[in-house]
Amino acid sequence: MAQPNAAAQSSIGSPSKISVELIINGVETKLDVAPWTTLLDALREHLDLTGTKKGCDHGQCGACTVLVDGRRINSCLTLAVMKDGARVTMIEGLATDGVLHPMQQAFIDHDAFQCGYCTPGQICSAVGLIAEGKAKTAEEIREMMSGNICRCAAYPNIVSAIQQVMGAS
Amino acid sequence: MINFEYARANDVADAVRQIAADPTSKFIAGGTNLLDLMKEDVERPARLIDITRLPLSDVEETPDGGVRIGALVPNSDLAWHPLIAQRYPMLASAILAGASAQLRNMASTGGNLMQRTRCFYFYDTVTPCNKRQPGSGCSAIAGINRINAILGTSDTCIATHPSDMCVALAVLEAKVHVAGPGGERVIPFADFHRLPGDAPQRDTNLDANELITAVELPADGFAKNYTYLKIRDRLSYAFALVSVAVGLEMDGNTIRRARFALGGVAHKPWRDEAAEAGLNGKVANPEIFERAAGLVLRDAKGFEHNAFKIELARRTIVRALIQAAHGTPQSQNNKKIA
Repeated sequence: MAQPNAAAQSSIGSPSKISVELIINGVETKLDVAPWTTLLDALREHLDLTGTKKGCDHGQCGACTVLVDGRRINSCLTLAVMKDGARVTMIEGLATDGVLHPMQQAFIDHDAFQCGYCTPGQICSAVGLIAEGKAKTAEEIREMMSGNICRCAAYPNIVSAIQQVMGAS
Repeated sequence: MINFEYARANDVADAVRQIAADPTSKFIAGGTNLLDLMKEDVERPARLIDITRLPLSDVEETPDGGVRIGALVPNSDLAWHPLIAQRYPMLASAILAGASAQLRNMASTGGNLMQRTRCFYFYDTVTPCNKRQPGSGCSAIAGINRINAILGTSDTCIATHPSDMCVALAVLEAKVHVAGPGGERVIPFADFHRLPGDAPQRDTNLDANELITAVELPADGFAKNYTYLKIRDRLSYAFALVSVAVGLEMDGNTIRRARFALGGVAHKPWRDEAAEAGLNGKVANPEIFERAAGLVLRDAKGFEHNAFKIELARRTIVRALIQAAHGTPQSQNNKKIA
């Protein structure tokens, strides 16, 4: 687990930092954040966990998707202080004991990315989609993955990857 | 985003006390719209009051056969809740037509009502906007106004309300429960949102120190004959150009009672009771639907880029009424319009 990055924290120049405790990829993690620190910035700038990407920073692209208490959300549109006590799982926390999560493996098997920038968000979103259990058909997968934009347009292969995991689960 | 202070509310009374004590503060729940507006410097609260730990997350039946939805119930939980999916499928459909799965997981029921317009000029702080800065002027009237309103506009504002969920709540005649310093009150849904008039900075009739605690649905959910038909520039994850929610009570082919509302065309979900009354007691057919659409749109006014919405709204109303009368509601997965 990476330690809080003191330099990044002090650069914000906050007069009133707030202590929060997050369970980051299964590890209890304490950090002090200014109130305006988004969950995304807390992960990337305070904890140096840069797998989660900042795309638009406005909830329009889905690159920042993480799982909070098992539900997929846009980490750019939530404040770290509001998630005190929550379990946050990102792309770095999906593999166990060096074995890729089935969704990570399926993205490789189906060549479900090109540049890869949207991929951590796509995979977290897809894991959340499976947990929700509402999407069954390719049409439903496309609709319920519409919050994740892929500029390389790997969409058909992303749908195939998700279907592979659905078929196995 | 400017720097701000952060506080948590312990209960509803504490939340109301905190907001009354500091007029520069705002409540935050899902945050999907407020934080976005704060990043754009459109909203600049000095203090956020986090209400997410208040006990307002239940969906429960009321003694008179309706359903009371806590203000903090996430949009996704509401859409998939068995009571809503089975008895108020128009509401479930409208919610699932909006935003993305991630945003629906975050956005709250009360926050959905409090969404602000997506008018380009409201977001663009270097241009005049009467809603953002009263008295500065409206840039949309002579600007890029493709997404703006055609009904109920004023010469100070032509913004639309962006919600899908609220269009269904208008048809259902929901009630909004609010708590304020003077106690609790109930606002009928039709009176919750406002037309712009000469005060477009006010989206709703909620007072500054009031908190939405619940949305109550009456017993009648129009579960057999309904639809939510949303027309937009891309098939998913886009705001409506025009949307129509319909609830019909049918007796064979005869309409006993009709209600419908439009989204994407006005500063609030748009209902026209005269147009609805014209359908009551009639045998469902395209001619009476055309007449109802004409009645709703009799005073519609287009601007340079959005005049197409008048004809689009007419066709969408007719198609939505046909879908509802036939009992074949629009799918939010398969976007082919039947």
